[in-house]
Amino acid sequence: MNYNINTRGYYGEFGGAYIPEMLYPNVEELRQNYLKVMDEPEFQKEFNQLLKDYVGRPSPLYFAKRLSEKYNTKIYLKREDLNHTGAHKINNTIGQILMAKRLGKHRIIAETGAGQHGVATATVCALMGLECIVYMGEIDIARQAPNVARMKMLGAKVIPALSGSRTLKDATNEAIRDWINNPIDTHYIIGSVVGPHPYPDMVARFQSIISKEIQWQLQEHEQTSQPDYIIACVGGGSNAAGAYYHFLEDTDVKLIAVEAAGLGVNSGESAATSVLGREGIIHGSKTLLMQTKDGQITEPYSISAGLDYPGVGPMHSHLYKTGRAEFMSVTDDQAMTAGLELCQLEGIIPAIESAHALAVLEQKSFQPNAIIVLSLSGRGDKDLETYINHFKL
Amino acid sequence: MPRRFASRNDNYTFIMNRIQEKIKEDKKLLSIYFTAGYPKIDDTVSIIQNLEQSGVDMIEIGLPFSDPLADGPTIQASSTQALKNGMTTELLFEQLKNIRQSVRIPLVLMGYFNPIFQYGVDAFCQTCQDIGIDGLIIPDLPIDVYEEQYKATFENYGLINVFLITPQTSDERIRHIDSISKGFIYMVSSASVTGSQSGFGEAQRRYFKRISDMQLKTPQIVGFGISNNETFTQATQHAKGAIIGSAFIKHISKKGINTISDFIKLILN
Repeated sequence: MNYNINTRGYYGEFGGAYIPEMLYPNVEELRQNYLKVMDEPEFQKEFNQLLKDYVGRPSPLYFAKRLSEKYNTKIYLKREDLNHTGAHKINNTIGQILMAKRLGKHRIIAETGAGQHGVATATVCALMGLECIVYMGEIDIARQAPNVARMKMLGAKVIPALSGSRTLKDATNEAIRDWINNPIDTHYIIGSVVGPHPYPDMVARFQSIISKEIQWQLQEHEQTSQPDYIIACVGGGSNAAGAYYHFLEDTDVKLIAVEAAGLGVNSGESAATSVLGREGIIHGSKTLLMQTKDGQITEPYSISAGLDYPGVGPMHSHLYKTGRAEFMSVTDDQAMTAGLELCQLEGIIPAIESAHALAVLEQKSFQPNAIIVLSLSGRGDKDLETYINHFKL
Repeated sequence: MPRRFASRNDNYTFIMNRIQEKIKEDKKLLSIYFTAGYPKIDDTVSIIQNLEQSGVDMIEIGLPFSDPLADGPTIQASSTQALKNGMTTELLFEQLKNIRQSVRIPLVLMGYFNPIFQYGVDAFCQTCQDIGIDGLIIPDLPIDVYEEQYKATFENYGLINVFLITPQTSDERIRHIDSISKGFIYMVSSASVTGSQSGFGEAQRRYFKRISDMQLKTPQIVGFGISNNETFTQATQHAKGAIIGSAFIKHISKKGINTISDFIKLILN
């Protein structure tokens, strides 16, 4: 079984490029060039240098001693939260901004939900001196004011998405419309392993630095490069894709994907796409998708703004369908409790997205000698207000 | 294998369906797009009848979608409202059930792929044939997927698939699209979503000329950016016809559906 992308841009039956003709030249230009560009030694050199000096990589693989004692197993945290801008998102935006420059683009657009990808994009645009336009749902702009301010300080223009449900999926629609209207000079930096081929593969490759580091870091800690489990939260799925990437074909390594159940999988207020979704087409990709019987895309819910995407990357649909990854879902309450627990056991305030992955430790039991690597995809600074409201701090 | 192309209400076949008949006529064609279920849920049939009586040559019936990527604010808003009004694929088919008793001009369904995929492409095409729909425009169904997976189904039910080209489409790709097109090519006038242009500039005139000079076998109908007599005339100088969408939707949202003939008269005057 092959778990990676095939030459036609599909993971099994998922993926492809279901795009209007107006987008075809842009996407095709990228498809024809992305592997070639990424293979250039000069590109690799610049990418790795920036990851080291600017992002602060490698991010530590930290043995969480007290957390391990509590759950009677061996838990390592992959500290993506320590990256510049506070999450794994910057790995991808660094890669894509270098790609955009090599393709001769000087105008950058992006979508953002909670604002993390928007901030990571605005950051690399400032770094490279490129024009940056970020589309963000009107509702998200109101509830994520600090990130809107960050993007503005970094020189980005934040444009509210006023259509549809005025959240992440609509911001993505608006970014795609912008790209249709600006087919020559613009590169669209998608923030997750979603969208038309080659985006899911390109973003997964930029994020694959996570699993590459896990391999050698674990070797140092445990004299093996193979963990027994890798646990990561999945919205669109970019931190999970990065954490799984170099282990996809190594089936001794069990993959656990954690989706946001919101108020409960069957509550009507959830974002657990693998449970609630059916095969469909969203943002140019054939994948699992939350939708009505009639094929209208529905609005998901999670307390975590980074996980409430109605689809999931096509790689993850394939991992779900083939059983390669175990999919679990975690409610708002379970995630918040797990987040607070990490604060008190390890002195680390996690992003609520990452707290969903942590909540699996309570739900599933592991052998005492099992080696677990958990992707701590982001830090919780951006979520303070949510923590304050939830725990009445 | 018996071909199922004869539709119930007439003798047209796939070899010569209503679109192909229409493009043989010696005139410039006016096609109108509207979103089914807008402004009111039950307006669909009245709008179609009104348009035909006003002298429109062809109609594109939009199946509303929650996330219409290629559309600008006007068509997005009409889609959102249509869905709020309760429009569904099944309801639209129910409304159109007897449309061929009163309407003769070609009818094309335009919709994004996901709702059609959920309905089942085969079942969707069969229902279209039963109703007397002549063609489909599905902007986000890629050409390679169509050719490999759905071409046989479309043809089996006598449906013409309409492909889009834009100013950025390469000559080579246009030649390929021309070779697989059976009705007309939907020529997107500029790099834009729907409803974002007013009037044509030098770049568009060069593009219209370029396509005209390619001498394609398939006639072209220009869409995007046509809103009045002037733009209709410019667009059809080289092309066989033109499509009006956003401007028509704006008209019926302001003036209602009883003044459709006034709008059409201004285009064709």
